[in-house]
Amino acid sequence: MEHRKEMEIKLKLKNITFYRRKSTNVIMLTLSLLSALITLVPLIFIFYYTISKGIANLNLNFFTKLPTPVGETGGGMVNAIVGTLILIAIGGGIGIPVGVLTGTYLSEFGHNKFGATVRFFTDVLSGVPSIVVGVVAYTLVVVPMKHFSALAGGVALAILMIPTITRTTEEMIKLVPQSFREAGLALGIPKWKTTLLIVLKTAWKGIATGILLGLSRAAGETAPLLFTALDNRFWSTNIFQPMASLTVNIYQYASAPYKDWNDQAWTAALVLIILISLLSLIFRIITRSKYKTTN
Amino acid sequence: MENIQERETLKKVHDFFKKSKDKSEGNNAFLKKLLGNNNLGDIIFERLTLFFAVLVFLLIIFMGWEMYSSSILSIKKFGWGFITSSTWDPYSQVFGALPMIFGTLVSSLLGLLIAVPLGLGVAIFLAELAPDWLEKPLSFLTELLAGIPSVIYGLWGIFVLVPWLRNTVEPFLQDKFPNSPFFQGAPYGFGMLAAAIILSIMILPIISSISRDILKSVPNSQREAAYALGATKWEVTKIVLRNSKSGLLGAIILGLGRAIGETMAVTMVIGNRPQISASLLDPGYTMASVLANEFSEATSDLYLSSLIELALVLFVITIIINIFARLLVWSTERKWKLSSS
Repeated sequence: MEHRKEMEIKLKLKNITFYRRKSTNVIMLTLSLLSALITLVPLIFIFYYTISKGIANLNLNFFTKLPTPVGETGGGMVNAIVGTLILIAIGGGIGIPVGVLTGTYLSEFGHNKFGATVRFFTDVLSGVPSIVVGVVAYTLVVVPMKHFSALAGGVALAILMIPTITRTTEEMIKLVPQSFREAGLALGIPKWKTTLLIVLKTAWKGIATGILLGLSRAAGETAPLLFTALDNRFWSTNIFQPMASLTVNIYQYASAPYKDWNDQAWTAALVLIILISLLSLIFRIITRSKYKTTN
Repeated sequence: MENIQERETLKKVHDFFKKSKDKSEGNNAFLKKLLGNNNLGDIIFERLTLFFAVLVFLLIIFMGWEMYSSSILSIKKFGWGFITSSTWDPYSQVFGALPMIFGTLVSSLLGLLIAVPLGLGVAIFLAELAPDWLEKPLSFLTELLAGIPSVIYGLWGIFVLVPWLRNTVEPFLQDKFPNSPFFQGAPYGFGMLAAAIILSIMILPIISSISRDILKSVPNSQREAAYALGATKWEVTKIVLRNSKSGLLGAIILGLGRAIGETMAVTMVIGNRPQISASLLDPGYTMASVLANEFSEATSDLYLSSLIELALVLFVITIIINIFARLLVWSTERKWKLSSS
């Protein structure tokens, strides 16, 4: 009798633990699902507002006209759109060769302590706040030149691109099979030609993706441009002068107390998102299976 | 029996290739000696790539030095007082950065407080629960969140988040907790709370994507062992989490590093007033937003040099945080790679 009771109690306890474990399981897994859903909420909100508010002013004028003085309606941001393109071109002009060659070094020659150090430093560099990079570009370019310039902005953007491009280049070159290199060397082709014409060519798609990632991030940067490229209300393509950019314009138009400026900030945001998506589209078209990579 | 033999042969072949791969450097040296590699192109090419690698390596050191030498004026004038004094007054040329350091730390930590549970939840969902067809688009969407320029977050913050906080959330909080020191003052909308929420949205994708990678690097044998003992899915997940603790901590710290350096979105919603206040509804200031706001308007040399010193402080903090976090992430991922190979 005693024994049976004890067994019953044990069984009950077992059941309780079983149900507790089961319910904890369900609760925690639901919470996990819920957090995934919550994460999507801001994404939907931001896209919804950018598109619905930005589309109202999206017309031809925005792409062809210069900004108008306060109070006058109309006007566009053609100078800022061109400015952003020029700025990322300068950034890319400096950042792409540095990044790709450093990545090549790391994967082809960097299997030593120095390579590991460089790898680590590139990772750390990618964590440096963009505004700090802006300050460095200011002391490096603006102070000696004695005035703000698009060049300084481009230098800041280049520094920000380097880690992304370096790391992707390295990863992508690593994927090229060792036999490709050996085949080239066996034919008596010098190593540099093998690397450039065989290895880099095979990995080129992946490297292009890294470059694209770097460029599109640079296109969205504001902080490093605030006191390097500054801003310009007028048409300018001189890289030694201040230059407008979409992102700085969004910042200034959003903080201004004028309603039509605020509206234009939304349009500029929409154009910026479109520009970034276009960049990725163009790259995808260029890199589409002209050379099929074999891995 | 046959199976075991087969496996052993495979392992031998694998080891052989691995060894020959390790030795390929040495073989090259041998070949070089044999054939006398004096190809000028090779030498130039290696030196050229080496040059750029050295350049990138020196860049960080150079950045630190550049900021140090440009801020020497303020370092000499204020010394340690720069980070312990709470007066920031450009008119009387007194610069103490404590309110900004406070603002940076509080807004980032609050942002983490919101982002960490959500980010880990997403990572668990992606790595442990979601089927393949759901995982890929969901990963893509969270990464999309990371790709939105921060100035667009700021724009959204000013025109959507701040009015919502001002009209709905903050009055509600004050109504529910009338005596709490955290919810005092007029509900402007602009302030620490808005900054923390924006930051949490921005660092969530970083935390979730790195954590997901770390959870996925845990070998399946761990999960199978737990299932075999009759564990529920959550219990299995708990074991996986416990095993990747240090890597997850690294992911969180990387998120913190990002939050500390985040500029535009915070500048646009935090209210930009150099003060230390317990209330989350009050405006604050962060190191990055001072730079964004005041740098191009700095009128005197001392002012400019103080701002550059602030950038230097920010630089040093983020470097330390990043080094620490990277080491944690690296060590966890390597642990599994070593044990599985």
